[in-house]
Amino acid sequence: MTTIDTQVGATTQGTVPSFVTATGHWVTSADHKKIGRLFIGWSLIHAIEVAVIGALFGFERISPSHMQILNGDSIIQLDAYYNHLLVLGTLAPLLLGIAIAVVPMQVGSKAISFPRLAQFSFWSWLFGSGLVLVSILGNGGPGGGNADMVDLYLLGVATVCVALIAGSVSVATTVLTSRAPGMQLDIIPSFSWSALVGSIATLLSLPVAIGTIIYLYVDHEHAKVAFDGNSGVSKWLGWVLTTPQIFVFVVMALGVLAEVAPVTARTRQPQRAAVLVGLALVTTAVLGAVTQTSHMLDTSGSGSDTIKSAIFFLLFNGLPLLGVVASVAVALLSFKDGSPSVNAPFGAALLGAFMVLLGALSSFIAHITSVDVAGTTFAEGTTLAIVYGSVLASVGALTYWAPKLWGVVLPDQKVLGVAALGTIGTVLAALPLFIAGFQKQPKGAAFGFDYDGPIALWNLISGIGSLLVVVSVLGFIGLLVKEVRSGAQAPDDPWNAHTLEWSIPSPAPTNNFAELPKVFSSEPLLDAKPAHQEVGS
Amino acid sequence: MTLALPAAPQQSPRRQTLVATALVAASAAMLMAGMLAMWLKFRAGAPTRESSDGLKIIKDWMPKDVTIPEVAANTMFVTFPVAALMAQWAVYCAKRKDSQHRSLALAIVAVIGLAIVNAQVAVYAQMEIGLADGAFQTMFYAITGTMLLLVAGGVAFTLVALFRSVGGRDDDQQVISAHALYWYSLTAIFTAMWFVVYVQK
Repeated sequence: MTTIDTQVGATTQGTVPSFVTATGHWVTSADHKKIGRLFIGWSLIHAIEVAVIGALFGFERISPSHMQILNGDSIIQLDAYYNHLLVLGTLAPLLLGIAIAVVPMQVGSKAISFPRLAQFSFWSWLFGSGLVLVSILGNGGPGGGNADMVDLYLLGVATVCVALIAGSVSVATTVLTSRAPGMQLDIIPSFSWSALVGSIATLLSLPVAIGTIIYLYVDHEHAKVAFDGNSGVSKWLGWVLTTPQIFVFVVMALGVLAEVAPVTARTRQPQRAAVLVGLALVTTAVLGAVTQTSHMLDTSGSGSDTIKSAIFFLLFNGLPLLGVVASVAVALLSFKDGSPSVNAPFGAALLGAFMVLLGALSSFIAHITSVDVAGTTFAEGTTLAIVYGSVLASVGALTYWAPKLWGVVLPDQKVLGVAALGTIGTVLAALPLFIAGFQKQPKGAAFGFDYDGPIALWNLISGIGSLLVVVSVLGFIGLLVKEVRSGAQAPDDPWNAHTLEWSIPSPAPTNNFAELPKVFSSEPLLDAKPAHQEVGS
Repeated sequence: MTLALPAAPQQSPRRQTLVATALVAASAAMLMAGMLAMWLKFRAGAPTRESSDGLKIIKDWMPKDVTIPEVAANTMFVTFPVAALMAQWAVYCAKRKDSQHRSLALAIVAVIGLAIVNAQVAVYAQMEIGLADGAFQTMFYAITGTMLLLVAGGVAFTLVALFRSVGGRDDDQQVISAHALYWYSLTAIFTAMWFVVYVQK
């Protein structure tokens, strides 16, 4: 038997490195937990930034006859930056960061595969994000007036895509090659499974975006004959920042719920295979994404035309929705036989998953031609529900794994409060945009539109919703910082959890496992615990 | 508090380099597949005109005065499988611990890779088209240039494997296998590109 000393990390306490030394450690560290935390930290900063821009957009739209807060000349660029930040600045890196930090521990590996590649992933993502910001500030980006800065924007987005692919290769390789002895693919933890399928879908879809960027860059730099100059950037790259592509990133948020639900219910997942299939189905969105076409359900034609459009519509839009519904519903089946006591990780993950479900449903509806919401704020509401929902699920994930990543247990009630506030904010931010979408409020426009209805009210509520999300994320960061600064030591297994990462000390030591454990089931830690800790056994 | 789990014998990760190379190769394939799809989309959207012999109506995609040097293009098409074959020979030698022939095979792959780069440059030189002359020209440079980058990556991989081989790394079978896998994927990708860009034009 392998006996693991839970006080290994204590030996390093009491030594406070200088700022330069500490910075050097963070910059050069190949420890996957540090790289993951860097991703998480910067993504949360981006989440605040993006919600502030969302709020500004909402407030600007209160009086659409003229501009009040923002500059009318740069609204296209700001909208492009906003969408970039939502998906490639917040959603994808936040969940990838959690995967980089957690997956190696979950699968029983001492390190992530190709740690330098994971390190490259973070720093190049940060560099690419900086290039995008600089280009927008320099009058670049879609619709920008400075040609060099437009090129810089394309370079920045390409760098971000390359970075995310690099991180995905590292995560997927870890799951495929570095699992603990005995851990077959069908018994890997649900979150690791979602990280695997999400990573593979990412590294299959983002190269298509890079190919498009290469065309755009060469054309914009030299010819401007094929891709409509800078105004063509959003047209050709827009698919990366909306559904169905963003489901590829979202799958890990759903994986958090699938991971936490059985732990909260204190039982084994009764339909594990169905959860894994549901998560995999979400990533079928990659099919719809790489075709770069909206596969609409058109019922205006003949019967055969309707059936033809329905097949593609269901394949490209229905399957991801089915995956979201299945993974959420089946994950909750744990509570059928379990004895739940709702905790913060589960609460936040569930609320986040419901928001993602709301976004998935709205995306499905938006692809029905007769609903007629194309080009309206309906799509903005969809993206907000999915991205903010994923941030909420990430709050659940970070609360759940905080003992391993920071060595602290976050206060349950306060995190639940933060998650509830974030949920209210998400609903308030997204729902008015759905309603305004039905009224044909144009997507990405801050002024120059009009319709019958309370324009000011819908946009004011949406702006307030985004502000609540800002407060929610800030509140979570504040709670985390406060707990870390308090120096309170988390127990090794505060959730009475099922998977390998809870067999090692909190916080997790640099090389995770002193000795590799042997695994016989999908809940190896539950197997090792006294039977009375599992309900129904 | 201590937790106890059954110990497992120490083991190294399973075929890490090979799996990662397969994932990268899949990414490279999707990169080129996306670019080829856009190429086909633009070609399908081009207006029509009479062919130069006046016998049929064709898509006005490739300009009349542009001629693709087929000898160089077809030479590349034939050369890629040879590179993959040599890479596989290196795997065969690595399995047999035959370091001399393993290094020879890798050196041949490197030379073939450089020859492919040379052939592509020859295509550019013989076509004498400007990058900014039109949609076809811009996209031609973009897609073939991207392929060239992938080949350059392959040559770099080959040189790394070769230096390791010459340095006496007899336990490098996984890297040699991953190297072969990459060249197989390059062969498949170039075959698709050759058919769409050089044959169908």
